[in-house]
Amino acid sequence: MALALQTFSTVKDANAALRAAGTRYLGGGTLVVRAANEGDVSLSSFVRSTEPSLSAITVSSGKVSIGASVTMAAIARHPGLAALSGAARAVGGPAIRNMATVGGNLFAPAPYGDFTVALLALDATVSSDNGDLPIEAFLATRESNQAIVTAVRFELRTEGVFRFLKVSRVKPKGVSVLSIAAVLEQAPDGTVSSSRIALGCMADRPMRAKAAEKALVGRTLTSDGIAPALTVASDDTSPATDPIASAWYRTQVLPVHLGRLLLA
Amino acid sequence: MAKVPVQFTLNGAEKAEFIDSGTTLLNALRDKIGDTSPKGGCHQGTCGACSVIIDGELRLSCLTLAETCNGAAIITTSGLSEGGVLHPLQRAFLDAFATQCGFCTPGMIMAAKVLLDHTPNPSRDEVVEALSGNICRCTGYEPIIQAVLTAARSNSQNAA
Ligand SMILES: Cc1cc2nc3c(=O)[nH]c(=O)nc-3n(C[C@H](O)[C@H](O)[C@H](O)COP(=O)(O)OP(=O)(O)OC[C@H]3O[C@@H](n4cnc5c(N)ncnc54)[C@H](O)[C@@H]3O)c2cc1C
Ligand code: FES
Ligand code: FES
Repeated sequence: MALALQTFSTVKDANAALRAAGTRYLGGGTLVVRAANEGDVSLSSFVRSTEPSLSAITVSSGKVSIGASVTMAAIARHPGLAALSGAARAVGGPAIRNMATVGGNLFAPAPYGDFTVALLALDATVSSDNGDLPIEAFLATRESNQAIVTAVRFELRTEGVFRFLKVSRVKPKGVSVLSIAAVLEQAPDGTVSSSRIALGCMADRPMRAKAAEKALVGRTLTSDGIAPALTVASDDTSPATDPIASAWYRTQVLPVHLGRLLLA
Repeated sequence: MAKVPVQFTLNGAEKAEFIDSGTTLLNALRDKIGDTSPKGGCHQGTCGACSVIIDGELRLSCLTLAETCNGAAIITTSGLSEGGVLHPLQRAFLDAFATQCGFCTPGMIMAAKVLLDHTPNPSRDEVVEALSGNICRCTGYEPIIQAVLTAARSNSQNAA
């Protein structure tokens, strides 16, 4: 089915056009064009913006800003974002990564949204013309989002502090059984001083493992030290059963994979 | 349906067409322009049969709207042979029996071409990774991987 596409040079004009019924923003198109190809009749027109800031990556003084139209491939090859390249490379095969945008990933339902799991662990801010929202608040209300996301911003973390793991059955590419991202800070004595752990595919959207985060603080990253966190890793999760894995399986293997990530 | 102009180069030749707004690049190439080398397998991004190279990057033409390619340089498998002589990748696919029904082959060759353009001497793992978005229902993949490695070797011998 063919649909009309409207292209605007500014986000402001594109935002105005998006108010029309049946209109959806077109990022990389990997989910929306797919939906149109599958006959989604709720779609009658696409809107996109070519404003250059949407495609910009800036890394300066430890702060990162990634425009919403930046693709996973662009993140994976950016020298300043080496710590994040694993999370960007976790999204689909090479052609999908050349198309899939950061903005689109924020809206991707489970079992997708792997990069957003990384952004949630990094405590990113999601920006639009309506202002900035902490990513957790953004994700909780994303279905009612009306404005084009323009960028995500977060503090740069080094490899080691930021950790990411995607578990899939088909290698090297395959949809997630689950994904985990963590930002772990350690005191000089090696104990965890703060932790933020985000889970993908353990609910309909990326979520925090708050009980596990709490159980890690003050502990060392050893088998004994992380044991209490692993016991509560599945607290508050509600994974789906889909062709990749059952909800039961996801719940059973989460502590195993979280353990591997924490001990890595 | 509104008609919109699209203009790009296809395998080096200028193309200018009026298409229905919202037409996918796959449909524009096959139905309007007559290049049937990209195949429509799933139209969902999962099979890779529709893969083309847009401005040097591997993309899925089934999920790309043709209008977004204005001014782009597009390469499809039909543009690879020169003067009736097959491209080394095409030759290697034939020689290695990497083609059976042939439906996946143009997409596989596009994915392999981007790899070899950037990484002339890839490892086996790099070949596997480069082809990971492309599904083949016939060959079992091993002959395809070997064909790409063979084409890489023949390219480097030519360059030497
Ligand atoms: C074969 C295949 C494999 C995939 N594998 C993975 C995977 O392994 N991991 C993964 O996480 N995802 C995967 N995906 C899903 C998808 O490709 C990614 O999640 C991608 O990041 C979505 O981005 P997009 O730009 O293509 O989204 P689009 O399809 O363009 O948009 C998706 C939704 O987000 C909205 N949107 C997009 N950008 C904005 C914006 N800036 N502001 C407001 N709304 C916006 C759109 O209106 C739409 O509702 C896969 C998809 C396919 C087809
Ligand atoms: S037809 Fe495009 S990926 Fe299958
Ligand atoms: S040769 Fe038949 S699908 Fe690959």
